[in-house]
Amino acid sequence: MATSVTLQRRSVLLQAVRSFFLSRRYLEVDTPVLLPLLIPESQIVPFCCEGRFLQTSPELCMKHLLARGCPRLFQLCHCFRRGESGRYHLPEFTMLEWYHAGWSYLELMAEVEELVRTLAGNPDDFPGLDRQGNLVREQRTVALHRPWSRMTVDAAFLEFAGIPAREALADGRFDEILVTEVEPNLGWEQPLFLYDYPVTLGSLARPKKDDPSLAERFELYICGIELGNGFSELVDPEEQRRRFEREIAMMTGRERQVVMPERFLASLAAMPETAGIALGFDRLLMLFSGAGTISEVVPLAAEEL
Amino acid sequence: MYSASDLRKGLKVQIDGEPYIITEFEFSKPGKGQALYRTKMRNMITGNQFTQTYRSNDKFEKPDLEERTMQFLYSQDNEYHFMDTTSYEQIFLTREQLGDNVNFLVDNMEVQVLFFDNRPIDVSLPIFVNLVVTRADPWVKGDTSGTDTKPVTVETGYQLQVPPFINEGEKIQIDTRTGEYITRVKE
Repeated sequence: MATSVTLQRRSVLLQAVRSFFLSRRYLEVDTPVLLPLLIPESQIVPFCCEGRFLQTSPELCMKHLLARGCPRLFQLCHCFRRGESGRYHLPEFTMLEWYHAGWSYLELMAEVEELVRTLAGNPDDFPGLDRQGNLVREQRTVALHRPWSRMTVDAAFLEFAGIPAREALADGRFDEILVTEVEPNLGWEQPLFLYDYPVTLGSLARPKKDDPSLAERFELYICGIELGNGFSELVDPEEQRRRFEREIAMMTGRERQVVMPERFLASLAAMPETAGIALGFDRLLMLFSGAGTISEVVPLAAEEL
Repeated sequence: MYSASDLRKGLKVQIDGEPYIITEFEFSKPGKGQALYRTKMRNMITGNQFTQTYRSNDKFEKPDLEERTMQFLYSQDNEYHFMDTTSYEQIFLTREQLGDNVNFLVDNMEVQVLFFDNRPIDVSLPIFVNLVVTRADPWVKGDTSGTDTKPVTVETGYQLQVPPFINEGEKIQIDTRTGEYITRVKE
């Protein structure tokens, strides 16, 4: 169970996140969490509740609002994913998600740097930070000053696993190699953005203009831990429909009925070019607190009730 | 059947007809990627360890394991004979199966025998056992060699280090997990 000092830290960080975005003229939104349908994602299993679903991410709702003309949105909300439980996973967790119209993933990476730098600006509040506001974990210091490291997915696979990412993907070993050989090495000197994923691994991301086999998607890593997933959003409804069809095909035989989110696709036509990211708030708080697991930084665990 | 999402440290599963215990476990899931269940397992018969990553749709049989209270009767050649204290059924395990446990087995000792598919595969001993010292060099007064222990042999033939005041014929308590001396037992 969280102690009062952990609750205090959590509250400080929540307020600091809000201040950061409000000062940048983002709108805070609180979209519904009980939804009649979800974005089809074959690797994420939702909780079902009387014919509806608990949200696995606020992406569907927030993109609806972007299409209605809200250019900068952020949200702190709970997300629910069945069967995810481990050191860095909980079936219910807190997500920080934000979108900025007119941006690509490059500008968004820069804003992530500024966000984390700013949040680390009061290091006395957090035992996982040193006096200079750098992160300390496992006796190593991760410098948060900008710019952070950047590495393409392909370069990381070659360097840490000796295999091109495309080949790993074709062999069906991409996720396994990523988790066991690549991720543990990422983000120990500075936070690291792993970017340009094979396009099939970015179902909602825009393909790169000069190489459509890659998606403009990035993940943020600090101390080998994945913290956030961002991309230049795909706003082409026809391309998005084809990708959803592929996802839905992979989900046949599941117990739940998967439907094409038609209204979402229709609204996508009105959505401007946008970049968006989902960042695990509990994981960030875990790093700032010097905690070993995210269970240590949530206010209450289901098992305690 | 267990599915991958049931895996956790300490769970026992059956793979290729043999029982395994999970000694390390980690759930991983790359963003937008598939759930991976990374495990380290020990074969409960051979003791061999291996690491393996499983996916959501992997399934595991539950091994048929049963623990029974049995009494150690005697050893002959390489075989260690035990009797079920309720059914009086007798079985034996080999020296190799027992490993270091043979150092602490004395006649009539009650132990837990683990059966897999009705075959005995392992024995767990009480944490503390009392054994008689059968050989100990006398403590030479004024010994200035600086050592504060001396070697002794107990009734099972096992040798260990004990404080110098322990004499032949005395009983000592030993921790079976570490094989170390705990205390002298007065009777």
